[in-house]
Amino acid sequence: MENEAGALSRVAGLFSARGYNIESLTVAPTEDATLSRLTLVTRGSDEIVEQITKQLNKLIDVVKLMDLTEGPHIEREMMMIKVKTSSNDSREEIKRLVDIFRGRIIDVTATSYTIELTGKGEKLDAFINSFDKTPILETVRSGVSGISRGSKSLHI
Amino acid sequence: MPKSPDSRAFFLGATNGALSMIRQLHYKKRDCDVKLTGAEILTHFLHDEGVEFLFGYPGGAVLHIYDALHRQDKVKHILVRHEQAATHAADGYARSTGKPGVVLVTSGPGATNAVTGIATAYMDSIPMVVITGQVPTSLIGNDAFQEVDSVGITRPCVKHNFLVKDVKDLTSTLKKAFYVATTGRPGPVVVDIPKDVTAETADYIYPKTIEMRSYNPVVKGHSGQIKKATKMIASSKRPMFYTGGGVILDDASKALIEIAHMVGAPVTNTSMGLGGYPASDKQFVGMLGMHGTYEANMAISNCDLIIAIGARFDDRVTGNIEKFAPYAKIIHVDIDPSSISKNVKVDVPIVGGVNSVLKALLKQLKEDGYKPNKAALKDWWKQIEEWRSKDCLAYKTDTKIIKPQFALDTLYKVTKGDAFVTSDVGQHQMWAAQYYRFDKPRRWINSGGLGTMGFGLPAAMGVQLAHPKAQVACVTGEGSIQMNIQELSSCLQHNLPIKIICLNNGFLGMVRQWQEFFYDSRFSHSYMESLPDFVKLAEAYGHVGIQVTKPGDVEAAIKETFKLKDRLVFLDILTDPTENVYPMVPAGAGLDEMILI
Ligand SMILES: Cc1cc2nc3c(=O)[nH]c(=O)nc-3n(C[C@H](O)[C@H](O)[C@H](O)COP(=O)(O)OP(=O)(O)OC[C@H]3O[C@@H](n4cnc5c(N)ncnc54)[C@H](O)[C@@H]3O)c2cc1C
Ligand SMILES: Cc1ncc(C[n+]2csc(CCOP(=O)(O)OP(=O)(O)O)c2C)c(N)n1
Repeated sequence: MENEAGALSRVAGLFSARGYNIESLTVAPTEDATLSRLTLVTRGSDEIVEQITKQLNKLIDVVKLMDLTEGPHIEREMMMIKVKTSSNDSREEIKRLVDIFRGRIIDVTATSYTIELTGKGEKLDAFINSFDKTPILETVRSGVSGISRGSKSLHI
Repeated sequence: MPKSPDSRAFFLGATNGALSMIRQLHYKKRDCDVKLTGAEILTHFLHDEGVEFLFGYPGGAVLHIYDALHRQDKVKHILVRHEQAATHAADGYARSTGKPGVVLVTSGPGATNAVTGIATAYMDSIPMVVITGQVPTSLIGNDAFQEVDSVGITRPCVKHNFLVKDVKDLTSTLKKAFYVATTGRPGPVVVDIPKDVTAETADYIYPKTIEMRSYNPVVKGHSGQIKKATKMIASSKRPMFYTGGGVILDDASKALIEIAHMVGAPVTNTSMGLGGYPASDKQFVGMLGMHGTYEANMAISNCDLIIAIGARFDDRVTGNIEKFAPYAKIIHVDIDPSSISKNVKVDVPIVGGVNSVLKALLKQLKEDGYKPNKAALKDWWKQIEEWRSKDCLAYKTDTKIIKPQFALDTLYKVTKGDAFVTSDVGQHQMWAAQYYRFDKPRRWINSGGLGTMGFGLPAAMGVQLAHPKAQVACVTGEGSIQMNIQELSSCLQHNLPIKIICLNNGFLGMVRQWQEFFYDSRFSHSYMESLPDFVKLAEAYGHVGIQVTKPGDVEAAIKETFKLKDRLVFLDILTDPTENVYPMVPAGAGLDEMILI
C-alpha cells in the first residue's frame, strides 16, 4: 500500500468497523520507499474472506492485494523471548533447546537469556510450550510476514 | 426576495480595490510564475474545476480561505446556518445535477457538525468534496483550540480523505479529491487543510488530469460475463429488472428503458432508484421492499431471473434474506465489486458502470438474435396483473380528516409530476416514494441509506440553486423539519422559493407506527408536544405560511403554494395522526409476507 500517514489506520479501521478479526498484522516500508508491505492474517468463511478482499481493494491506499493462502507460500514470524536462568543446569538445558529449535541467544545476563527465534507460528508456539519449568520473563512476536513460493512476485 | 443589500461587502470591496486588481492579474497570468497563497490556490482551483457553489460556514481556521473568497466572484459561496445543512445542500445539488457538491467548514465543531451530512452522502454514494479547516500544522496534536482529528473522525464515512501538510501538495490533493469523489462508485471525500497551509504560497497550475496508481475503477464489463448474462436472459421465463441508485448515478435511464422494452420484463426500483425508470411506463411495478408494492414484492419473490442493476440488496429491500427470491437466478451489474454477493449470492456478477454494461448487453442481445419468449411473458404478465389488481396503494378518503396519501396524490397532480421532490425521513418519505410517480431521474432526492431526518430542507436548497426556475417541494414531517428549521433563514438570504409540504401528524409517525405494531401501542416519546405555530414561524423568517386542516381545502392550498413562485411557502397540512404506511413487510418476514391495508 501507499507508504502514507493514515494508511494503516484505514486497514485497521476497516476490520473493526466491519467486525472482521485481525490475528496478526505486520507492516514496513519496501525497497521502494513510497510503498509499504503489509501482511495481515485473518480467518473467515470463503464468503467473508471474499468480502474482506473486496473491501481492502476498495481502500484507495491499497495498491495491490494478494491472498497468499491461494497458492504455495512461506510464512515467517520472529520472536524474542527473555527467560530466567536460575542455575547452571537450567542454562545448559535452555541452550540445548535453543539449538534444537535453531534459535540464537542474543543477550545474556547472570540471571537471564534473551533468545531470538524465527519460523512458522506453530514453531514459535512449540518453543514457548517447551519451557515448562523455566519462567518466561517476556516475549515479543513480530506477527507473520508472508511471501509466495516460486518466481511469481507481488509487485506493481 | 428582499434581502438587505450587502453594504458591508461593498465597503470592503472598495477599500480592497487595489488588492483585488492584483488578484485579477493573478487570474490572468496564472500560468506564469506567480505564487498564490494556499487559500487563493483553493479558490482558483474550485473555479477551474467548474465548481459553481460552495456551501459553507466560516470560522477561525478557514479565515484565509474566506478572505480569498471575498476577493473573487467566480465561485459563489452559499452561507448556511449550520454545517450539517451545508453538507445536505451540497448533497442535494449533487443528486439533482450529477456534479459534485462542495462544502467548506471550519475546524473542530465545524467539521463535527458536517459529519452527519458526510455520512448521509456516503451511504447513498453521492459525489461530494468537503474542505475542513484545521489548526496550524505546528499545533496539530496539541489539543489546540478547535482541534479535532477530522481525518480520523470522518474516516469510516468517506470514500477517502486527505490531510494537506504542505501547500505544494494542495493542488494535486484537491484534484485527487474531485477525481475520487466523482468516479467509480461516487462518494464524499474530505480534504483537511491546516490554517498555515492556506497562508503559505506556491505555484499554481490547474492539472487537467491526475493519475493514481492505487485507484482505477473498472467501467467496462467483462465480455464473457456479458455473454453469460444474455444467455440467461434468453432462457428465462419470468425475468425481472431490479434497479437502484446506480442507474441514477450513471445517468443510465435511457439504456435501461431500451433494454427493459426489449426484454419486456417487469421493472421495480429501489427507493434510491425511483425515476430511473418512468413510473408511468406499463412495465413499471413500483418500488419493492419493506414498503414496496404488492406486485413488486410478489414478482421478485416469484421470478426466475433477477437482473439487478446498480442496486445493493439492502436489508430494507430483501426482507428476510433466507426467503428472498427463492426461484431466481441473479445477474448483478455494479461498479463496486464489494456490493456484489455481499448480502445475496449472485450467479452472474458483472463489475462495471451501468451505462457501459447495459449498452454491451444490448449489443450482445442483438448479436445473439434475441427474441423475447412471448408465450412465457404472457403468462408472467397475467400473474403480475393479478397481483396489481389488488391495488395495494388504494387509500380511504375522508371528508373530515386529511389523509397523507391524498395530500401527496394532490401534490403530484398539481405539480403535474414535474417537481423536484426532496424528503425528510419517516412515513411522509415512504408516502412520497409511493404516491409521487417519478418519471425522470434526479427528481426524487432522499436520504435512503442513513435515513437522516433534517435532510429535506437543506437538500432542497441545493436543488433550487441548481435549478432556479424549477418547482422544488420538500416533503417533510413536523418532526424532521425541526431538525434543520434554521435554514429558513438561508432560504431568505439566497432567494430560494422552496415549497415545504409538511405532513403534520403530531407524531414521529414512523416511530409511532412501529410502536403500534410491535410494542402494543406503547407510544414512548413519539408524540410531538409543544409544536410551534409553523405559519407564524415561516412569517417570522420572512416567508409565507399556510395551514390546511380540511381535505376539501388541500388542492386549493397546494395550488396557492405553487402560485407564489418567488416565495418560500411553508404549507402545514394537518393529517390523520393514526395513519400507517402500507404495505409493510415486518422485520424478519419474507417479501411475500407483507401486511396489506
Ligand atoms: C424509513 C425508510 C424506509 C425505507 N424503505 C425502503 C423500501 O421499502 N424499499 C426500498 O427500496 N428502499 C427503502 N429504503 C431505502 C433503503 O434503506 C436503501 O437506501 C435503498 O434500498 C438502497 O438503494 P439501492 O440498492 O438502489 O442502493 P444505492 O445506495 O443507491 O447504491 C447504489 C448501488 O449502485 C452502485 N453504483 C453506483 N454507481 C454506479 C455506476 N456508475 N455503475 C454501476 N453501479 C453503480 C453502487 O456501488 C451501489 O451498489 C428506506 C429508507 C428509509 C429511511
Ligand atoms: C436524525 C434522526 N434521528 C432519528 C431518526 C429515527 N426516526 C426515523 S423516522 C422518525 C420519525 C419522523 O417523524 P416526522 O418527521 O414527523 O415524520 P412522520 O414519520 O411523522 O411522517 C424518527 C424519529 C432518524 N431517522 N434520523
